[in-house]
Amino acid sequence: MEFLKKYPKTFQWLFLLIVFFALCFAIEVPETYKFIRGQAEFVKDPNQSSYVFLGKEVRYYAFDVFWRLPPLLGWLPIWINDSLFFLMNEWMPIEVWNEDTQEFKSRPIVLQISRNLTAFMTFLIQLIREVLLGGLETIVAFSSWDWIDKNPWAELPGLPWTIVAAGAAILSYKVSGKGLALFAGLTMIYISIFGQWKPSMQTLSFILVAAPLSFIFGLGLGIAAFKSKRVEKALYPILLVMQTMPQYAVLVPALVLFGVGDHAAVIITMVVAIPPMILLTILGLRAVPPEVIEAGRMSGCNNWQLMFKVLIPTARRDILIGVNQVIMVCFSMAVISAFIGAKGLGFNLLLALNQLNIGLALEAGLCISLIAILLDKMSLAWANKQTDYFGNLTFFQRNKNILFFAATVIVGIVLAYIGTFLFKGSFNYLFEVPHNKGISTADFWNKGVDWIFDTFFVYIKAFNTWLIQEVLQPMRALYLRMPAVATIVLVVGAGYLIGGIRSALVVCGLTLFIALSPWWDRALVTTYMATFGVIVSCTIGFTVGTLCFQNKRSANFMLGVCDIFQTFPSFVYLIPVMMLFGITDTSVLIAVIVYATIPATRYTIEGLRSVPAGLHDAATMSGVNKFQRLTKIEFPLAFPHMMLGINQTIVFALFMVIIGAFIGTEDLGQYILKALSDKKGAGIGLTLGICVAFIALIFDNLIRSWVEKRKKHLGID
Amino acid sequence: MAETVIKCENVYKIFGSNAKKMLQESNGNVDAKTFQENGCIVGVNNASFEVSKGEMLVVMGLSGSGKSTLLRCISRLTDATGGKIFIEGQDLLQLNNKELIELRRNKMGMVFQSFALLPHKTVVENIAFPLQIKGIKTEDSISKAMDMVKLVGLDGRENYFPRELSGGQQQRVGIARSLAVEPDIWFLDEPFSALDPLIRKEMQDEFLRLQEKLQKTIMFITHDFDEALKLADRIAIMKDGIIEQLDTPANIVLNPATEYVRKFTEEVPREKVLLIEDVMDASKNDLGDLKVSKDEIIENVAEKILTQEKAVAVIDSKNEIVGSINPTKIINTVFGGRKNNN
Repeated sequence: MEFLKKYPKTFQWLFLLIVFFALCFAIEVPETYKFIRGQAEFVKDPNQSSYVFLGKEVRYYAFDVFWRLPPLLGWLPIWINDSLFFLMNEWMPIEVWNEDTQEFKSRPIVLQISRNLTAFMTFLIQLIREVLLGGLETIVAFSSWDWIDKNPWAELPGLPWTIVAAGAAILSYKVSGKGLALFAGLTMIYISIFGQWKPSMQTLSFILVAAPLSFIFGLGLGIAAFKSKRVEKALYPILLVMQTMPQYAVLVPALVLFGVGDHAAVIITMVVAIPPMILLTILGLRAVPPEVIEAGRMSGCNNWQLMFKVLIPTARRDILIGVNQVIMVCFSMAVISAFIGAKGLGFNLLLALNQLNIGLALEAGLCISLIAILLDKMSLAWANKQTDYFGNLTFFQRNKNILFFAATVIVGIVLAYIGTFLFKGSFNYLFEVPHNKGISTADFWNKGVDWIFDTFFVYIKAFNTWLIQEVLQPMRALYLRMPAVATIVLVVGAGYLIGGIRSALVVCGLTLFIALSPWWDRALVTTYMATFGVIVSCTIGFTVGTLCFQNKRSANFMLGVCDIFQTFPSFVYLIPVMMLFGITDTSVLIAVIVYATIPATRYTIEGLRSVPAGLHDAATMSGVNKFQRLTKIEFPLAFPHMMLGINQTIVFALFMVIIGAFIGTEDLGQYILKALSDKKGAGIGLTLGICVAFIALIFDNLIRSWVEKRKKHLGID
Repeated sequence: MAETVIKCENVYKIFGSNAKKMLQESNGNVDAKTFQENGCIVGVNNASFEVSKGEMLVVMGLSGSGKSTLLRCISRLTDATGGKIFIEGQDLLQLNNKELIELRRNKMGMVFQSFALLPHKTVVENIAFPLQIKGIKTEDSISKAMDMVKLVGLDGRENYFPRELSGGQQQRVGIARSLAVEPDIWFLDEPFSALDPLIRKEMQDEFLRLQEKLQKTIMFITHDFDEALKLADRIAIMKDGIIEQLDTPANIVLNPATEYVRKFTEEVPREKVLLIEDVMDASKNDLGDLKVSKDEIIENVAEKILTQEKAVAVIDSKNEIVGSINPTKIINTVFGGRKNNN
């Protein structure tokens, strides 16, 4: 009894676990239980139960309510889908003038808006693409095909690759210095001579359209949210879900609304890229010291002046970090949206992976990674760059970068012109290296992969079998064995113990949504894969982080490695694992582990670093040894921050698990992939995405509540 | 009496969602405790005072006493919950946004504790900022700002960014910026509190020199009693939102109104604060040969007076005798009347 009084929390947790296991053992697995059930399968079976809600019929295999809740939300995806369909095809028809037939035509307003938006985006992308690569569609847009036929000279010539490469180097030099300039130049040259120029520029043009638009909208909404509490409250839940929703899942509704192609990809990329921009804008504006705002007011600023002359310039760094985020999200979306037909490197990568041509995939992947690093470093350097005073410089000093670029443009054009003589009759390599004429290392890599398979096949196979049979299958079975009621009791109980009644209610709502959707079993599989990934990632991350922390140089090195790895679009991680492990669950899990280890390691190092130096000294003077200091001082204090790392790890792991569906898994991701090729998939895709987001949000809520409590308890910030 | 520039009548500032309603119900009798129980925090409680042209009023109080809130009510950075504030006869709380901006652009300047400089602008751009906001052309504003740079002694550093300056230099920029539009009213919110003691003293002297030259109407906020004594024409001592006493430094030291004020005055070296005028007697009989000016600080003349046997004549600037002071009085003032001696 003494013990119970001393540790009431422990007792409560024990009680919760006992209830959970009691429920697990008390509720039998129904004999008819099948992993697959529910509407999404579209099988008609006399054994199914059904109900009608809002005019939609939902069929499902009914079980004991304690075992699996009936999919009472099964109507939601159908309803979303039908509503979208209704909006697109029937709602509010308006009269539209048709150029070709010279008459008015009736068309639903949403469809018309979608068409106009599509036309606008397509024009923007074309414009930038043709500036970089050449073409005539932009000129056609301003004139007509007939005019073009009569004036064959009217074509945007495109920039020779030498000029783009030099431009990238000069820009890098301006924002950062020689090192980055060198890296930019080499990257561009690499891309060119390895024949990836065209897809790379296609991807780049995609970003050049998506990123600025996302920036403008994000900044605008961020300002609105900063100014009005009501706007912020309205935006907040959307931001939360968007931050945890797999990027994959939002592709599906885009498909329905805007069709296939670059324009749809750009629009949906904006939807994904705007939330982080909003968040960082709000964060930056909040961080402006109140006295600076008061100083602005006392200087007689009106609201507009206060925002654009005081607040935004003062919050410059945070806002530019937002730009960095926007660019990175756009880039990773540029790769993923290959699934809905965006051209560029992602498309080549997807094609290569589909053909299992690992060599080609690696080449595209390497290009993607290099560009990602370059974009990340450049935008970060820009954010961290401090303004210098330039009033006392000469005209040449002030404009040397522009002058330099002008010079390279001339040199590049001259070179390209010389090239027309040098490479008569073949391709002008000084203008653009065509895709199939560059140096290719694909064969080499393919042979390497073959060699690895021939040599290590036995071991890899053995490892694979062991992992699947001894670890994964039992774990999966355990997760699926949990009765729905027991799971809910466990999650809600944990919510109550950690964050009180409020947290319990939030968590309960999120869990119920998933439990009442038709995909509870799939969600369990997703969770099992994510859990496995998170456990391994955290073990590795904590160990590596702690070891690297012991030495300042290794800690910095590790953080640098994390930075670089984090910039790669998640899709890229699938290449090496497929190379080594083929198409199995193991591949997905290893990709998950690699990807999710990044935040685990980073937060461990950062957490340990945040322990105040004074405490360090105090501990040393009390005579602790290194190990004692680590266990008694550093870990307890760093733990809240490390928990936030686990939070990130979970989000990363879930993203990867979902993308892993491309390799083939049996979880929610598989359905999202299916929905992508399904005409009526929009509702399913969106609901599935929300399910995944909710899984992440459940953990997010629990961990955050705990961290906040703990931080308050420890008195750190 | 000179013309009144700032006038406050029963100003209240209460934070909380139903502050206005509670204030009305309380009939001006605000008790901080009852308000707190209802979720309201009292910032300023019934402040009434006037500041006349060219006067420096120092508001002194510890943190949380409401002194900064009071200043923000008068500059209308926050709206007072109740009461009236007049700036040169204009009812401040009735001004619309446009009129308020106009008032700030022409009449008010403010200096902040944390300097509050714009990090992306150079020294001279920071100083020119209020002028440019007003719509003055860039060249004119810069040349005016350069005059200010010279005034605060930062010539040669005009193209530095705030991050490249020390705290004292940054505050000079803050002062120059607040003076750029040549305001009549100057608000200073703990301007020297974030500085090192040595720099602080230097800045105080510099500030007095400036004020000598400019003769602005000043409200100066500080938590440092010595600073208040050194600078003020009059001091308002605040506690829990209430002005405990508002008087000249000498009167505060000699006649503290409340126990709270008395605690502050205990440690004050009176000979450094009080003038001969503050302690002299009215009688003009039986005087010795020595004459001292009534505006002298006691410390400066104490030695001379103490060596005299007779009372010393006190004269004004026209060399006329206005009173007398005898050595006993000096001894009583400096050493008497303190807690330990009672």
